[in-house]
Amino acid sequence: MESLTNRKKVVSDKPMTFVEKLYIPAILKGMMVTFKHILKRRKTVKYPEETREFAPIYRGMHVLKRDEQGRENCTACGLCAVACPAEAITMTSAERTKDQAHLYREEKYAVTYEINMLRCIFCGLCEEACPKEAVFLTDRLVPTQFERGEFIYGKDKLVEPADSRIDITKRQFTGKRTHV
Amino acid sequence: METFYWMDKLVLVVLLFLISLGIAAYQTYFERKLAAWIQDRVGPDRAGPFGILQPIADGVKMFMKEDFTPMNADRWLFIIGPGIAMFTSLITSAIIPWGPNLHLFGREISLQVAEINIGILFAFGIISIGVYGIMIGGWASNNKYSLFGAIRASSQMISYELAMGISAITIIMISGSLDLRAIVESQHGLNWNIWYQPVAFIVFFICALAETNRAPFDLPECENELIGGYHTEYSSMKLGLFLFSEYVAMFVSSAIMAILFFGGYNFPGMDALKDNPNLLAIIGVAVFFAKIFLLIFVFMWIRWTIPRFRFDQLMHLGWKVLIPIALVNMLITGFVVAFYHHWF
Repeated sequence: MESLTNRKKVVSDKPMTFVEKLYIPAILKGMMVTFKHILKRRKTVKYPEETREFAPIYRGMHVLKRDEQGRENCTACGLCAVACPAEAITMTSAERTKDQAHLYREEKYAVTYEINMLRCIFCGLCEEACPKEAVFLTDRLVPTQFERGEFIYGKDKLVEPADSRIDITKRQFTGKRTHV
Repeated sequence: METFYWMDKLVLVVLLFLISLGIAAYQTYFERKLAAWIQDRVGPDRAGPFGILQPIADGVKMFMKEDFTPMNADRWLFIIGPGIAMFTSLITSAIIPWGPNLHLFGREISLQVAEINIGILFAFGIISIGVYGIMIGGWASNNKYSLFGAIRASSQMISYELAMGISAITIIMISGSLDLRAIVESQHGLNWNIWYQPVAFIVFFICALAETNRAPFDLPECENELIGGYHTEYSSMKLGLFLFSEYVAMFVSSAIMAILFFGGYNFPGMDALKDNPNLLAIIGVAVFFAKIFLLIFVFMWIRWTIPRFRFDQLMHLGWKVLIPIALVNMLITGFVVAFYHHWF
């Protein structure tokens, strides 16, 4: 029968010749194989010192964005928490007082906003659900910790600092959405 | 003169002790590196630049571990086992001529701790005692895996010592002496024994692999069937001594192989340095160590290439293949030597 692939091999069990019985040529052959591997270039990325380049649409650690005047975008509407399939997001809301107008963009704001990074599956649905362009996924990685509790990220870790903004344009302009 | 003699020896002994342990420590590092390279990995590289502090980190770790003695173990034998293993590995280095004589402070300093004229017999004697460390350690642990490892070690050592001894006899025949210094001196320049006795070398090398319990003959400790073999029950520095003694044994047996087959500290073009014995000695020692390191590299290279033997295959190879080859080789060498000396 005509074989569909070219992988077919005829198996033979002919007795070994004298040279084959010595085994030494075969051993030397095997040793040459391993020696070639010694000289090979390693493909290992030494992680903390070097990082591999991420895909532009990589979904990593979240950020809570501020607007141009440094006010938090989030109004604690809870749509991200509803959209979240892993139920990783919780928040409590409060009404903004007059003297807080420079801190929060809308009249309602998130007092606490927590993402459990162990529950999160980094699907990006929170980002899609957000009507206020507040929560985004970035190309940053969630660092390792020794305690489970340390993976529950509060606003202290999620809200971007006003003086050092987190760049989210790479992911946002590569995907289907063209505005930020 | 007598005091100077003892002082020289003392300095040499301490130096040798430190060098053997240092080399053994860095053998563990290099073994891991080489394993990694062969498997397309990077290997230990966190402790210090390129991970060169890894042996120190390992040593500290070993010391910090709990030193546990199993309840039903024989306490004294349990302690003596690793001690014997370490002692026998280290003591062989006493008879090895590490280089030509140095001329310092107006006297001749020999780079050999014990100039005994039956050096090679001493080496074989010590190697056969070496199995006691493993035997006693495995027996005293009171654990079936340890006992299996110990039994395997002893039967393997006995089987391979024969072929090893017979292939060494061929070297003794062609150099006409049991003295390691005389054997080295007889291989002046590039006149090495390997050119006359390649078969003896291959037999000797295979036996040396078996005697030092290196893969593919690491049946006494095989991790995956005997969970460590004779050192299953050992922990902390007692385990460290067992592992260390294996590396020291590898170093010393490489040295003995370099002496018997690769001319020890002889190198081509050594006659040009006749007028400067100190330079000759230094280069000789360097050349000797280069040969040792090359052999150690081959040891490791083989370990990470060839899978472990099955026990019956091991016995088959030892008794039915290596001993006949070594015997025939010895007979042929004997006839050739007799013809050469016109004994008939």
